[in-house]
Amino acid sequence: MYNARTEQRRAWLQASPALIWLGFFFLAPLVLILIYSFQGRADDGTVLWNWSLANYQKLFADGAFWRTLWLSTWIALVVTAITLVVSYPLAFFMATRSPKIRGVLVLAVMIPFWTNFLVRIYAWKVLLGNNGVLNRFLGQFDLGPLQIINSPSAVIMALIYGELPYMILPLYAALERFDWVQLEAARDLGAGRFQTFWRVLLPQTLPGITAGSILVFVPTVGTFAVSDILGGTSVNMVGNTLSLQFGSASNWAYGSAISMIFMLLLLGAILLYFKATREVDDGENPG
Amino acid sequence: MMAKILADKRIETQHGRSRPVAKRHMPWGTWALTLNAIFVYTFLYVPIIVLVLFSFNAAKVGAQWQGFTLQWYNELFADARLGDALWTSLKIAGSSTLIATTIGTLAALALEKRGWWGRKTFDTALYLPVIIPDVVMAVSLLGFFTLAFRQFQALIGLNLAMGLWTVIISHVAFNISFVTVVVGTSLANFDRRLEEAAADLGATPWQTFWRIKFPLIGPGVLGGALLSFTLSLDDFVVTFFTRGPGVNTLTTEVYGRIKKSISPEINAISSLMLLASTTLVVASLWMQRRRQA
Repeated sequence: MYNARTEQRRAWLQASPALIWLGFFFLAPLVLILIYSFQGRADDGTVLWNWSLANYQKLFADGAFWRTLWLSTWIALVVTAITLVVSYPLAFFMATRSPKIRGVLVLAVMIPFWTNFLVRIYAWKVLLGNNGVLNRFLGQFDLGPLQIINSPSAVIMALIYGELPYMILPLYAALERFDWVQLEAARDLGAGRFQTFWRVLLPQTLPGITAGSILVFVPTVGTFAVSDILGGTSVNMVGNTLSLQFGSASNWAYGSAISMIFMLLLLGAILLYFKATREVDDGENPG
Repeated sequence: MMAKILADKRIETQHGRSRPVAKRHMPWGTWALTLNAIFVYTFLYVPIIVLVLFSFNAAKVGAQWQGFTLQWYNELFADARLGDALWTSLKIAGSSTLIATTIGTLAALALEKRGWWGRKTFDTALYLPVIIPDVVMAVSLLGFFTLAFRQFQALIGLNLAMGLWTVIISHVAFNISFVTVVVGTSLANFDRRLEEAAADLGATPWQTFWRIKFPLIGPGVLGGALLSFTLSLDDFVVTFFTRGPGVNTLTTEVYGRIKKSISPEINAISSLMLLASTTLVVASLWMQRRRQA
C-alpha cells in the first residue's frame, strides 16, 4: 500500500500547488527585478528595453544611495543589538518562572506582537510628537521640549518597540528547552558564573539568538513605513528610496538595481552571521 | 549506616537544590532580572495604554486631558470609508488565509515524506519569502503584475488590471511559508504508527487522512490559519504596492491618515484594532487549552 514510488508521487503532488504559486508570484517577480535592473527608463517613466549596466554604474557612483544604505544598516544594527541585550535576560527570567506564570508572561509579550504594526508606529507618534505626551511631561519640570520626532532616535525607538517580540519569543523558546541541571553541573565542576553562562548556556541558546537577530535585522533594515511616518524627510532608509523609485520617481529599472544590491548585501550579512555564530558554537563545544 | 545517611543527605540536598537551581545559578542577580522584566513590560504597554486613554480624551489636539468623551468612537462608526476599508481587509484576509492554509498544509504534508529528492531544496525555498524584505517583495510584485498585464493585452487582448485579487494573490505568496512551518511543527508531533495501524486495518489513504490525521493536526492547521489571517490584516507594504486603484484596506487607509496628522479619531480606530487583536489571541489560546483538556 505505502510503497516508495506512490509516496514520492504523492509528495510531488502535494508540493506542487505551493511550488507553482511561489514560482509564479515570488520567484518570477524576483527574476523580473533582476532583468529590469539591466534596462533603462523611457521618458514616460516606463521600462525601456535596452540591456546595459548603466543602472549599476550610476548606483556605485551615487553617494546618496550609499549614505542611505549605511544609515539603514546602522539603525538595524543598533535596533538588533539593543533588543538582544534586553530580551536575553527577559527570556531567561520568563523561562525560570513556574509554568503557570510563564504562560501569562508569554501572553503578555504576544498581545503587543499581535497588535497591528501601524497602530504601534502611531502610538510613538503620539508619545514623541513635538506637542506629544513626553514633551508635555518634560514641560511640567520646565525641561524640553525635545525634538525627537523626525529624527533617527524616534525611528529607532519605534523599531525596537515593534521588533522586541520577534527577539523575545525565539530566545524564550531556546531557553525553555534548556536543561537547567547543566548549570548546576557546571558550577559543581568549578566554573564561575561568567564561564557557566559563556560556555554552557550561551552555546546552547545560539539557535534562538540567531533566529531572533535575523527576524529583527531583516525587517528593520528594509523598513519603509516606520521611517516614513516617524522619520519624516530626515531619515531616509533603503525602503524609502525603493518606494520612491517605484512610486513618484517611476524609475523601475534603477529601483530594481537598488533591490538587487540590497538583497545581495542582506543575504551576505545573514550568511556571515550564520557562519560567525556557528564558529562560536564549534569553538566552545568541541565534538 | 554512615553511608546511608550520607547518601540520604546527598539526595536531600540534590532534591532541595533541583528546584531553585536556576535561581541560584542565575548569571546576574535576581533583582536585576526582575528589574529588567518590569522595564520591558512597561515599555511594551505604556504606548498602548496612552493610546487607549487618549481615545477618550475630549481634547481635539495636544496631549492635555480635557475630560472623558465617546465622541471619537461615534465619529468612527459614522465613517463610511473606514467601514469599507475594514470590509476590504476582511475579504482579503479571509480569502488569502483559505488559499494559503490549503496550499501550506499540503506542502507540510509533502515535506513530511522521507526519501523524496526534492525535499531539502523545497524546505530551503520555503524560507526565502520570510528572509526577503517585504518592500522588495512588494515592488517586485508590482513590476511583475504590470508587465504580465501588458503582455496579456498585447498577446491575447485580455484586459486585466490590479485590484483586490492581486492583493489576495500576493498575500497568499507570503503566507504559504508561515502556514507550512506551523503545520509542520504539529506534524512532527504526530505519531506515524497511528497511520500505519489505520492502513493495516484496511482504511484507504483518504480515510486515514480525514479520520485520523487531520483531526490530530487540526490545532496546528488552525494555528497556521490564524497566523496567516493576522499577517494579512497587519500587512501594509505589500498591500500598498499591489492594490488596484480604489482599493483601500484598513492599513492603507490608516496610513494615509496618520501620515497627515494625529487625531483622536485615529486613537479610537487604533484602540478598536487593539481590542480585536487581543480578543483573537485570547480566544485562540482558550481554544487550544480546551482541546488539550
